[in-house]
Amino acid sequence: MGVRNLGAAVHRIEDGRFITGKGKYVDDIRLPGTLSAAFLRSSEAHARITALDLSAARNIPGVVAAFSLRDFGPQAMQRMVQAYPNPAIKTDITPYPLALDEVCYVGEPIAIVIAENRYLAEDGVQAIVLELESLPCVIDAREALKPGAPKVQLAFESNLSATLNWKFGDIDKAFTDADHVFSEEYFQHRGSPHFMECRGVLAQSDLVSDRLTLWSSTQSPFLVRRYLAVYLGRDESSIRVVAPDVGGGFGPKAVHYAEELVVAMAAERLGRPVKWIEDRRENFVSTNQQRDQWWQVSVACKADGRILGIRAQCIHDNGAYVPYGLLLPNTSVVPFPGPYAIAAVDIQLHSALTNAVPTTPIRGAGRPNATFVMERTADTVARELGLDRAEVRRLNFIRKEQFPYETGAKLPSGVTVQYDSGDYHQTLDMALTASQKDTFESRRQEAAKRGKWRGLGIASYNEDSGLPPYEGATVKVLPNGRVVVEVGSCAQGQGLETIVAQIAADYFGLQTHDVLVRTGDTDLSAIALSTVGSRVAATVGPSVHLAAQQVKEKAIRLAARDFEASENDLEMIDGRVCIKGVPGKSVGLGDLSRRLIANVNLPVPEGFSPGLEATAYHTTSRPVYANGSNVCEVEVDIDTGEVHLLDYWVAHDCGTIINPRLVDGQIIGGVVHGIGNALFEHMKYDRETGQPLCNNLGEYLLPLATEMPQIHLQHMESPTPVNPLGIKGAGEGGTIPGIACVISAIEDALKPLGVKINEYPLSPERLLELIDERRYHKAS
Amino acid sequence: MTTLHSVEMTINGKTYRVNIEARTTLADFIRHSCGLTGTHVGCEHGVCGACTLQVDGRAVRSCTMYAVQADGASVTTVEGLAREDGELHPVQQAFSDCNGLQCGFCTPGMQMTIASYLEENPNPSEADIRELISGNICRCTGYQGIVRAALLAAEKMREAR
Repeated sequence: MGVRNLGAAVHRIEDGRFITGKGKYVDDIRLPGTLSAAFLRSSEAHARITALDLSAARNIPGVVAAFSLRDFGPQAMQRMVQAYPNPAIKTDITPYPLALDEVCYVGEPIAIVIAENRYLAEDGVQAIVLELESLPCVIDAREALKPGAPKVQLAFESNLSATLNWKFGDIDKAFTDADHVFSEEYFQHRGSPHFMECRGVLAQSDLVSDRLTLWSSTQSPFLVRRYLAVYLGRDESSIRVVAPDVGGGFGPKAVHYAEELVVAMAAERLGRPVKWIEDRRENFVSTNQQRDQWWQVSVACKADGRILGIRAQCIHDNGAYVPYGLLLPNTSVVPFPGPYAIAAVDIQLHSALTNAVPTTPIRGAGRPNATFVMERTADTVARELGLDRAEVRRLNFIRKEQFPYETGAKLPSGVTVQYDSGDYHQTLDMALTASQKDTFESRRQEAAKRGKWRGLGIASYNEDSGLPPYEGATVKVLPNGRVVVEVGSCAQGQGLETIVAQIAADYFGLQTHDVLVRTGDTDLSAIALSTVGSRVAATVGPSVHLAAQQVKEKAIRLAARDFEASENDLEMIDGRVCIKGVPGKSVGLGDLSRRLIANVNLPVPEGFSPGLEATAYHTTSRPVYANGSNVCEVEVDIDTGEVHLLDYWVAHDCGTIINPRLVDGQIIGGVVHGIGNALFEHMKYDRETGQPLCNNLGEYLLPLATEMPQIHLQHMESPTPVNPLGIKGAGEGGTIPGIACVISAIEDALKPLGVKINEYPLSPERLLELIDERRYHKAS
Repeated sequence: MTTLHSVEMTINGKTYRVNIEARTTLADFIRHSCGLTGTHVGCEHGVCGACTLQVDGRAVRSCTMYAVQADGASVTTVEGLAREDGELHPVQQAFSDCNGLQCGFCTPGMQMTIASYLEENPNPSEADIRELISGNICRCTGYQGIVRAALLAAEKMREAR
C-alpha cells in the first residue's frame, strides 16, 4: 500500500511462467486431433510452374491432405490483401497465398501438405512432383532499375515499386549559400529478424459455432483478423485471432503472412485443427527481411560546421512483393533531419522490386538507415573541416528552448512533424561524460603501444515513437474483486503485462501482481492495431490510465452514495474504498462490482451504468519523439580485421519511465541488435541465381555473449505533452543509433590511416580490404 | 515402412515409455510425445541452444540427438529444475531478479546450460559465463542480464553450500 507502481523497478509478472517452462507459445498449444502442416516452397528465384502433381504426397500413409491454391476453390484464387494501400505505389502487387503459375523468390510457398505429424508432412512435401522453368532474375536493387533488367514478375512493366520524396525548405538556396558541399555514398545492409521462436500458426474451425480461431505468433492479431476476413469472405465477428506467448517479433511478425490464410483454409476444409511451425531454414526464405540500400548524400554546410541542407538519393531493395505498403521505405526518409535543426532537406527514395524475400520493417525499420546517413554526415562534416564530432552535433542540434520544434515536413497523414520535447545537448553530454571522452586520447595512445588501434564513436538520434492513432484498454472489476485489464495489444517480450498492471494498480492501491492482465486476443473488447514502432507503451499505457481512472471514479462515487459521504472523503487502499481517517469503514471492490452486475429484479443504482468497468482509448494524431546519444569504444587489430567492442554508453530519453528494468532491457537488447547489423549479420544472395547463401545460424552470424561490450545506461526523462502519462517509446532506441555508433568508432580508430567507412556490415575481411586499399593508395 | 522403437526414459523423475520412429529427435519426443513443452526448438541444427536440456546430468542439445539415443537415460528439463515443493532453482530466481529474459523463448535452454555448468564450476568469472553461453542465442536481452543472473545464481549456490 502506498507505494507507487508506475516508475518502480518491479519484477515482471510474465517471468513466473517463462522461467519454469510454462509459457504457451503457438507450438505449445495442444488441441486434440491436431494435424501438422509443411509447405512446398520454390527452389528458384524466378520460374514458371509448368507441372505440379500432389498425388504422390497424398498417397503416403499418414498424409491426410495436400492442397495447391486451386484445390481450395474459386474464393481462394485471389491475391493477398494489401496491408497498407498507398497511392504512391506504382507496382502494387501482393502474392497469392500459394503461387499459381509463377514463383518470384526462393522460398515462395507453392503447396501445403497436412499429415498426422510434421515428419510425415515433410515426407509428403518430398514426394510432390514440381517442375519449374527458370526465368531470368534480378537480386541487386540497382540492377533492377536499369533499362532492360529482368522483370521480377513477368506481368510487371517496371521493377520500380514506388518513388518517395521527402522534402522541405529551400534546398537550392542551402546549397547556394554553402561554404562547403561534401558528398558521400553509403551502402547499408540490414539482415534478417531472427526472433528465437520462428513463426507458427494453429487454426481451428468450429462447425458448431461457425467460428474460425487462429493462434498465430504475430504482433498484430487485429490486423490478421481483418485481412483473414476480407480474404475468406467472412465477417470479422466469426474469426478470433490470438497472439499467445510470442518468442520475439522485432517487426516481421507484424506482417500478415500467406501461411495464416492457407492453414486456416486447410483447417476449415478438414474440420480438424491444423498447425504449422516454421523451421529455421524456412525462416531464412519465408519470413520478411530487410536488406540493401544504396545512398548518395550531399551536405551543404558553412565553414563553422553549421549544416544548411541535405540532399540524398536512395535505392531501396523491396524484395519480390509489396505486402506492407510503403511502411519500410517511408521510415527511411521520414526521420530526416533527425535531431538537427536543418532548414532544408530533399530526400528521394526509389523502392525496387527484386527476386528475393519481401522486405518489411525490422527493429527501427528504416530509422537506423536514416540515422546512419545523418550521423555519418555529421562525422563527415567534422572530418572534412577538422572539427570535433561532438561539437558539430552540438552546433546543429535543436536547442531545448526550440521545443515543440516543427521541422517543416508533413507526415503522410497531413500532420506537421513536430518534435515535442527533449534536451538533445544534455543526452549527448551525459553519454560523453560517462565515457570519459576527455581522456580518450591517452587511452588511444596506450592501446597503440600494444599494437591496437583504438577509436571512439558517437551517434545521436531521435525517434518518432508511439505511432498514432490508438490502442484500446478495458479495465474491469470482477464480482470477486479482482481487477482485470484487457488490451488487444500483444507482447513479444517487452513486458506489456507488467507495465499495464503497474499503471492500473496505482488507481486501486494494489500491487502489480494483484492485477490480472489479458493481452493479444481479438475477442477482448478493446480495439487494437499492432505492436510495432515503439508504440505500445505510449498508446496502450494512456488508455489503461484513462480506463482505470474511470473505474476508480465510479467505485468511489458508488461507495460515496452508500456511505452517504462526500467523494472527497474517500480513498482507495488495497482494493477497498475507505473513508479517510475512519478505520474499519470501507467497502471492497468486489462488493461494489456485485452491485452493478445483472441481478434479477435488482435495479442498477440510479445514476450508474451497468458493470464496474470502462473501456478507453487515448487517441492522438502525433507520434512522440524519444531521443538519445550513444558513445562506444573499440579496438581494431589491423592485421586480422578484428573489431573488439570495449564499452558502450547510452544516454536515453523515453519520457516517463514506467519500469526502469524493462527500459534497460529494451535499450541493451536494442543496442546489441544494432551491433549485429554493424558487424555480423549478412543475408547474402547469389547475384546470378538468386539463391540465398545462408540458411542457418552457423552461416548467418547473430551477436553472441562473447563479443558484446558492457553497455552502460543513463536515463533522462522529458515527459511528452502528447499523452497524459508523458510516455515515449523505448523499443527501438537502442538499435537506431547503434550501427552508426560502432562504425563511427572503427573509422575513428583508423583515422591515422585515413580509412573511411561508408558501409555495413563490416566483416573482418571487408575491413582488411578497406585498410589495404588505403595503404596501397598511400604507398602509390 | 515405418518401424517403431520402444523408448523408455526417466524425465524429471517420471518414467515415460513410448513407441517412436528412429528419426524422432529428443526434442520432439520430449515436447510432443511427453507433452513437456518447456523445452523449445529454435533452429533444429544445433546452433541456438534453445532446446538444451540435461541427459544424465550433462547439458545436451535435444534437437540434434535422437530420442532412441537417450533410451534408458535420465533427463532433466526446465520443468524439473525447480524443487518439487515449487521453490525455484537459484538460476531461475536469478533470471527474474536480473532481467535475464524478455520473450522467454531461449530462457529454458539458457537456464539448463547454466545450471548444469554451475554444478561443475561453482565460482565462475564473467568471462567464463560469456564463453559458456556463447552457444546459446538470445535476440532480446543483449546477454547482459543473463550474465548477471548466472553470476548471482553462482553466488547464491555457493552461499547455500
